[in-house]
Amino acid sequence: MDFGRISRRHLLQGGAALTLGAAAGARPAFAAETTIGFIYVGSRDDYGYNQAHAQGAAALKKIPGLKVVEEEKVPETDAVEKTIESMINLDGATLLFPTSFGYYNPHMIKMATKYPKLRFEHCGGLWTDKDPKNAGSYFGYIDEAQYISGIVAGLTSKSGKLGFVAAKPIPQVLRNINAFTLGAKSVNPKATTQVIFTGDWSMPVKEAEATNSLIDQGVDVLTCHVDGPKTMVENAARRGAFVCGYHTNQSALAPKAYLTGAEWNWEALYPKFVKMIAAGEGIPNFYRGGLKEEIVKTSPYGEAVSAEARKAADEAKAKFLSAEGFAIFKGGLVDNKGKTVIPAGTDRGQKDPELEKMDYLVEGVIGATS
Amino acid sequence: MADGSIGLWTVPLAVLGGAIRVSTPFLFVSLGECITERSGRINLGLEGTLVMGAMSAYGISYLTGSPWLGVLAAGITGALLGALHAGICSLPRVNDVAVGIALMLFGTGLAFYLGKPLIEPTAPRLPAIDFGWWSDIPQVRAALRINVLFLIGVVLAPILYWAFRITRWGLLIRTAGESSDAARAMGHSVLLIRLRATMVGGFLAGIGGSFLSLFYPGSWNEGLSSGQGITAVALVIFARWDPLLCLWASLAFGGAAALGPALQSVGVTSGYHLFNAAPYILTLAIMIITCSPKRTLTGAPAELSITR
Repeated sequence: MDFGRISRRHLLQGGAALTLGAAAGARPAFAAETTIGFIYVGSRDDYGYNQAHAQGAAALKKIPGLKVVEEEKVPETDAVEKTIESMINLDGATLLFPTSFGYYNPHMIKMATKYPKLRFEHCGGLWTDKDPKNAGSYFGYIDEAQYISGIVAGLTSKSGKLGFVAAKPIPQVLRNINAFTLGAKSVNPKATTQVIFTGDWSMPVKEAEATNSLIDQGVDVLTCHVDGPKTMVENAARRGAFVCGYHTNQSALAPKAYLTGAEWNWEALYPKFVKMIAAGEGIPNFYRGGLKEEIVKTSPYGEAVSAEARKAADEAKAKFLSAEGFAIFKGGLVDNKGKTVIPAGTDRGQKDPELEKMDYLVEGVIGATS
Repeated sequence: MADGSIGLWTVPLAVLGGAIRVSTPFLFVSLGECITERSGRINLGLEGTLVMGAMSAYGISYLTGSPWLGVLAAGITGALLGALHAGICSLPRVNDVAVGIALMLFGTGLAFYLGKPLIEPTAPRLPAIDFGWWSDIPQVRAALRINVLFLIGVVLAPILYWAFRITRWGLLIRTAGESSDAARAMGHSVLLIRLRATMVGGFLAGIGGSFLSLFYPGSWNEGLSSGQGITAVALVIFARWDPLLCLWASLAFGGAAALGPALQSVGVTSGYHLFNAAPYILTLAIMIITCSPKRTLTGAPAELSITR
């Protein structure tokens, strides 16, 4: 038996658990020098998904008394459990943010069960009553921002053909594709969205090929859901097409072609979370929100956006911000195979968990989920 | 067509365009590896060289404003990494495959580390030559916007083929690769020949990397190579160490990489995972068809550690 390794590991764990237990018992809320751990699936500076989270982490670093530890490129395997263990035992992290979709189940759930005194906040997962109470999931309804991008795209496109470079057909991606298409169709009923799946989150050559193929098909406005939109934005702009950004603001890459974009606003949300904990009220286990809750935002309009498009997009934005809100996925929705996916009369509001299990593409999308 | 779409013609056009756009890194890495392996050594580290080349080209292009200086810097970086590989391998009882794997990890790791500040900025790109001027179809013109590096690669393949057959240094490399004793008996230093061959191989692989970051896809990020360097090394084996076959194999790979997205764009959406895997299926198929348990691979340099 490998005693050297095991005893060291257990010693560290035991020691840390003791101190933590004592600390957690003595202090009801977070006091000075709280350590927060952030885990990213890709590079922290990918100009996309992970960078958006890293910007949120950077906002926390500015708050006195908070220490942020980060680890990037952690795969969605038991590697993330090891990272969580080391953040807890070696760095003393008491609040953890595993930010990638695949970390949630079983990895983060397992860790939350093992360390019941610590807090785990996952981005994108679907927390249910069966999951540990010290775990939580938060996510933003970025499809609201995609809907607005769709409106701008639908009114900017001359051919009425929009393109979407997507990574994988998982619910969040499909929801974005559908919201973008419904936004476009709300102002241009003939608009279609052609989707191409590249198969993974970061495949620059495939993304570039997908962009070129879409433009060859007559597509003149593109958006995407991949980890780093830079490849799509630059290649589309070179071919003279317009783009809507994703994750962060990419307008600097193509100022003339950039229309608007769907952005995360984690730098507003994470400090809010910390305040909730400091106030002793805790973070709700299931936390969601969209434009109104300032979890997502839209990029400022580019110069190519017409006054008409600005007006239509601003009107839609006002509806999302209004007290009664706005349902993108309304009753009577038909998918692109002709099947009714939401029966007439039952609007699915943004908070409806059914939407987070989306497995269809709406009418107007050219493409298939498998 | 009136709406600017070219319908199903997208597929052959995308495969042609892809063969031109995507193949260049494969071509440069495989030609470089071809030279190295013909001298009797395998440099698996070219994946790292490719990524380092891409990063240094982007960095130098961004800092100086000249993409061509970036290409040069990528080549020099590649040659230095090649020299490192050859230097370590010239020590006694060192396995070149193991050193290659170490250098692959070293190259990618170093490139990611140094490349952090380069992800956001936009560097000047290499220019393209418009070979589609005769056509008024924008799609054709886009597919035929060809970079000079591709043309250099295409010309380099037959030159190397000829050089290995006729020229003095080509024959020397082959002698070192077929029988180091014979090369030594002729009074040449095998280690020196291999050092030069590995450096030239690294130089070409670095330039292949500069194409990735400075032309297509045309920016630096950490997923840029996604294994193309390793694929290109494997490509040398199935091209039977023949530079001309390397050219065809690279073109086939580039075209196959474009097939998945192109088919989806015309509405062939089922089984896109299979089409996305086309280049790898192609490799497997060719390997299975051409391999034989009864003999070693034809054309394999006798001194290679995998054939020895």
